[in-house]
Amino acid sequence: MSADAVIEATGLTKVYGATPAVDHISFSVGRGEIFGLLGPNGAGKTTTILMMLGLTEISEGEVRVLGFNPAREPLSVKRRVGYLPDTVGFYDNLTAADNLRYTARLIGFRSVEREKRIAAALEQVGLGEFADKRVGTFSRGMRQRLGLAEILMKGAQIAILDEPTSGLDPHATAELLGIIRGFKTEGVSVLLSSHLLERVQSVCDRVALFSSGRIALMGSVADLGREVLGGGYVVDIEADGVGLAERLALIPGVSGVEKTGIGKLRLHADRDVRPEAAAEVVAMQGRLKFLGVQEPSLEAIYTRYFEARSEEGTLERARHAA
Amino acid sequence: MQREGSAFSGLGVVMLKELSDHLTSVRMRVLEWLVVLVALAALYGAIQQIKDTTAEDPFLFLRLFTTSRDPLPSFVSFLSFLVPLMAIGLGFDAVNGEHNRRTLSRILSQPIYRDALLFGKFLAGLVTLSISLITLWLLVIGLGLLMIGIPPGAEEIARSFVFLLVTIVYAGVWLALALLFSVVFRSAATAALVTLGLWLLVTFIWPVLAGALAQIFVPPDPRYMALGLQTPGTVELEQILARFSPSTLYAEVVVALLDPTTRSLGPIYLSQLQGAVLGAPLPLGESVLIAWPQMVGMIATAILLFVIGYVIFQRQEVRA
Repeated sequence: MSADAVIEATGLTKVYGATPAVDHISFSVGRGEIFGLLGPNGAGKTTTILMMLGLTEISEGEVRVLGFNPAREPLSVKRRVGYLPDTVGFYDNLTAADNLRYTARLIGFRSVEREKRIAAALEQVGLGEFADKRVGTFSRGMRQRLGLAEILMKGAQIAILDEPTSGLDPHATAELLGIIRGFKTEGVSVLLSSHLLERVQSVCDRVALFSSGRIALMGSVADLGREVLGGGYVVDIEADGVGLAERLALIPGVSGVEKTGIGKLRLHADRDVRPEAAAEVVAMQGRLKFLGVQEPSLEAIYTRYFEARSEEGTLERARHAA
Repeated sequence: MQREGSAFSGLGVVMLKELSDHLTSVRMRVLEWLVVLVALAALYGAIQQIKDTTAEDPFLFLRLFTTSRDPLPSFVSFLSFLVPLMAIGLGFDAVNGEHNRRTLSRILSQPIYRDALLFGKFLAGLVTLSISLITLWLLVIGLGLLMIGIPPGAEEIARSFVFLLVTIVYAGVWLALALLFSVVFRSAATAALVTLGLWLLVTFIWPVLAGALAQIFVPPDPRYMALGLQTPGTVELEQILARFSPSTLYAEVVVALLDPTTRSLGPIYLSQLQGAVLGAPLPLGESVLIAWPQMVGMIATAILLFVIGYVIFQRQEVRA
């Protein structure tokens, strides 16, 4: 795997009783990458995260976090990794700054540095003016942001976020994802888990789709789209011009043109044909109102993948029955 | 394989945080007032009784702790109720509270071991209890001085100081038990009820049960009964069984410490009394020696309970 990997898991397994919660998974997260662990609840995402932090025992396999083994060197790992648990909790009777102060003392920062870091981190997540407010009065979104502030304050090299956007309204989600993108610009690698596919697809560089303890699919969203949805780009055009559809169909790589409305066309192509399509419209002196390529949606990829799998399963069962 | 770093890193931080939580909590305020008021009432009763009855007593000051006047129990018996209640009140939601606030996994993802969290919580509880008990002790001594008007001797102060230490250890036993159940039960209410239930069982029901069980296993000898005496075997077994309860141990230590004439905590045979000056007080060292097994027993119980809680906590899943 890449030499620049900050997290490297090989054959990681966690067994509760006889049932495996995480079943021989392998993946790696590169430096400065946002990696998404996606999948339904109970697919083993949180267990994977806890194993990376040394908070639960590993049944089999190995994981290295920044070169450390979390089972043997948990303090080294936890000093460099920030963790935002699923529905993070704070001490409600303490202020936001006091909550961070407690964590900072546990990490072992000296008092001057501590105050500097806390103020900077709270400012960065937009909680500067709430520093001396009790956390009891905070909304869910503010708590999640305080959790991110804790990771910033820690100066973590890796941020592990478990369901960071669950239970947040769209506005708070957008804010939170903005902060997470900010991590990337600071060179912090991010590993986030979520069951809300479409919300996180916009921030993840690569994703791993979990299904009952295994990684079903892994790669960038675009790659997965091609792999699962059968490839092809869908380009939507809104323009006017006589005979535009025929002209567009002649662009190399375009396999079909479809009329979707008055002056609206949809091109199916094996590559991104937006530049050529725009040139055609302009050459015909038509007015181009809209031109866009449809990103493959994780939701579609996920649904399609598991539909295909369950169909196979059904066939298999039918064969056995016969 | 040795694990990395110190198990105690972060211990001081956790302890100070928990301590400040305890000292500012409403729960603590209530417990403190309860203890102080109840102690004052008991002390008042004791002083009235002492003024009425005692003519000359070399250990007048120690009578403050042990004398009762109906309908109030003595200071010591009040304390033996309140100390467990205080300890349980401070400890019953120590770990499951962190679970329920969902702070546990966040705190444990910081570079500390679980040891620091649990031990820090135990120490903070113990320090809180010590502060209140020391305050109470000073209060009693001060009030006693004012109201009786006779200064206590060095021996009396020493005895009551050892009594204070033993009371703190006793509080530690119940704190460790409360902490254990706060690890075992996810719901704080369940943990509190189970701990209180166990306290009731051990303090009030077990002494009675111990007597009944002893009679079953070692039936009283009719020859002793004819003489109106207790059968030694039965009494011994009863005492062994009763001593499984930390409340019994505490009561025995208190008797040995605060009543200097106590020569034994078990049955005495006539042969042992040969040459003894009955009613003569023992020096402090001898009294401590008499109660030493009980003291060690209490310390061991506290450590044992803490270790059980520790082992369970280490193996527990942190996820909510």
